[in-house]
Amino acid sequence: MSGSRSSAFLIFVGPALTAIGMFLFVPVIAAFLLSFTDFDIYALGDFSVARVVGLGNYGRLLEDPLFWQAVKNTLYFLLVGGPLSIVVSLGMAVLLHSRLVRLKGLFRFVYFAPVVTTLVAVAVVWRFIYHPRFGLLNYLLSLVGLTPIDWLGDPDWAMPALILLAVWKNFGYNMIIFIAGLQNIPQSLYEAASIDGAGPWQRFRTITLPMLAPTTIFITIITMIGYFQLFAEPYVMTQGGPLNRTLSIVLLMYQEGFRWWNMGYSAAVAFVLFVFILLGTLLQTLLRRRALR
Amino acid sequence: MKITLRSLLLHVLLLGAAVTTMAPLLWMVAASLMPTGEASTFPPPFIPRQVTLDQYQELLTRLSLGRYLLNSTVLAIAVTGISLLVNSMAGYGFAKYRFAGRDQIFKLLISAMIIPAQVTMLPLFLMLNRMGLVNTYFGVIVPGLASIFGIFLIRQFALSIPDSLIEAARMDGASDLRIYWSLILPLCRPILLTLAIFTFMGTWNDFLWPLIVLTDDSLWTLPVALANLSGEHVQDTELMMAGSVVTVLPVLILFAALQKYYIGGIMAGSVKE
Repeated sequence: MSGSRSSAFLIFVGPALTAIGMFLFVPVIAAFLLSFTDFDIYALGDFSVARVVGLGNYGRLLEDPLFWQAVKNTLYFLLVGGPLSIVVSLGMAVLLHSRLVRLKGLFRFVYFAPVVTTLVAVAVVWRFIYHPRFGLLNYLLSLVGLTPIDWLGDPDWAMPALILLAVWKNFGYNMIIFIAGLQNIPQSLYEAASIDGAGPWQRFRTITLPMLAPTTIFITIITMIGYFQLFAEPYVMTQGGPLNRTLSIVLLMYQEGFRWWNMGYSAAVAFVLFVFILLGTLLQTLLRRRALR
Repeated sequence: MKITLRSLLLHVLLLGAAVTTMAPLLWMVAASLMPTGEASTFPPPFIPRQVTLDQYQELLTRLSLGRYLLNSTVLAIAVTGISLLVNSMAGYGFAKYRFAGRDQIFKLLISAMIIPAQVTMLPLFLMLNRMGLVNTYFGVIVPGLASIFGIFLIRQFALSIPDSLIEAARMDGASDLRIYWSLILPLCRPILLTLAIFTFMGTWNDFLWPLIVLTDDSLWTLPVALANLSGEHVQDTELMMAGSVVTVLPVLILFAALQKYYIGGIMAGSVKE
């Protein structure tokens, strides 16, 4: 009986494990090996042309100003855009969670709508919203008397423009998770605090924020992972420019690997991304352990 | 009085945020209905002086948008169908069958969720290139055949199905596959719907992998086509807005119809520990 049970187990999980093995685990190992070779366009036709170069690609990365620019840009996007989007999500979640709100479902739908839209399509839309002469945003600025900004053409404004788009597109997702977290906070805590004379801001600081800590850490991790993978926005809106100021790590990987066919070098870039994500996640998991203790 | 003032302020804030959130999408729809050139005027118009479907007609006749729409639809449905079957089988297997090493394998899968997809793309491309599968539907589908997140969602749900139910069916002489198909799948309907929407939307919106694997424009999906066209038609604002509407509208409608399952799935995925 148990023999037939385990063969049934294999029938059920076999297809999935085969697919994941072939199309996830094997490629990851292959990418790791690839990053130690000089695999390029000639090797594409004949694999044997590729030579092992040891840590050569990683050494080249460290000396490549473009790589450092991509790291800097990605960290900028992550460290400014990530916290900004989390704060907006939390603020909207708290507002929407209030018992006073009418038409809750409608508001939730509206805030969430950008999340399900196609990133490429809304990037195309926002490229026109950022148009220096006819764009909606500069029109709004002109209404309050500000001078127009060449959002995507000015090296200092291009990344903030991508961040604004990303926050608009993503805040609804984390907002939903925060609302789930808020629903789990017992109402009695707030009532007790009110009796003790705590105002709204005090209740938020002493009850809401600490009770949401696990949710916030979860959100921080998934937001970080997502923001590290910045690609479609610069690909569609700026092609990494102006002056490479929106070149992201994934965009660099794409250009090196699939435009110039420097696949060994590109695999090294991909692995650096992997290591960044791994370190970021570990750091936040450690922080959580410490917070729980 | 104090309460109504607070409530008023709250709703003003919410409404302001709602208008800000919707503005880009509303402007997209408005501009897509304008004749060429009208959107590029100052101040930017929000209402077309005269509604026209010229842009949509142009997309369909000259830019073969129908083809891209078909590609996107076929691919999204194929990935959704296949991965639903594969993931539900695996999720059920992990939940209800004992097997040496089962929990270790599952833990390994969960930790593998941290691997960014981009890392696998170079070797995957080389593999498919060797097999002659670059520039095929199959090449696009391959990474989506199974998903660890999908297996995880189904497993969590299947764990809540009582063993006694399965035992009873077994007593009645039902085979393992029969139990899966006629008992488990119907019970898992809500989570299957959730996963179906996630997968459909994920595939529909996916960009980097189809961009890499599809170089032949007759196979392009909507996002790939739109990204390429928007490079050539930088000046054709109204045309590009119409293209964006066609790309975004199907997923928005799907979301509006199945909101409950989608949002429920995000909440289920966020409480994994």
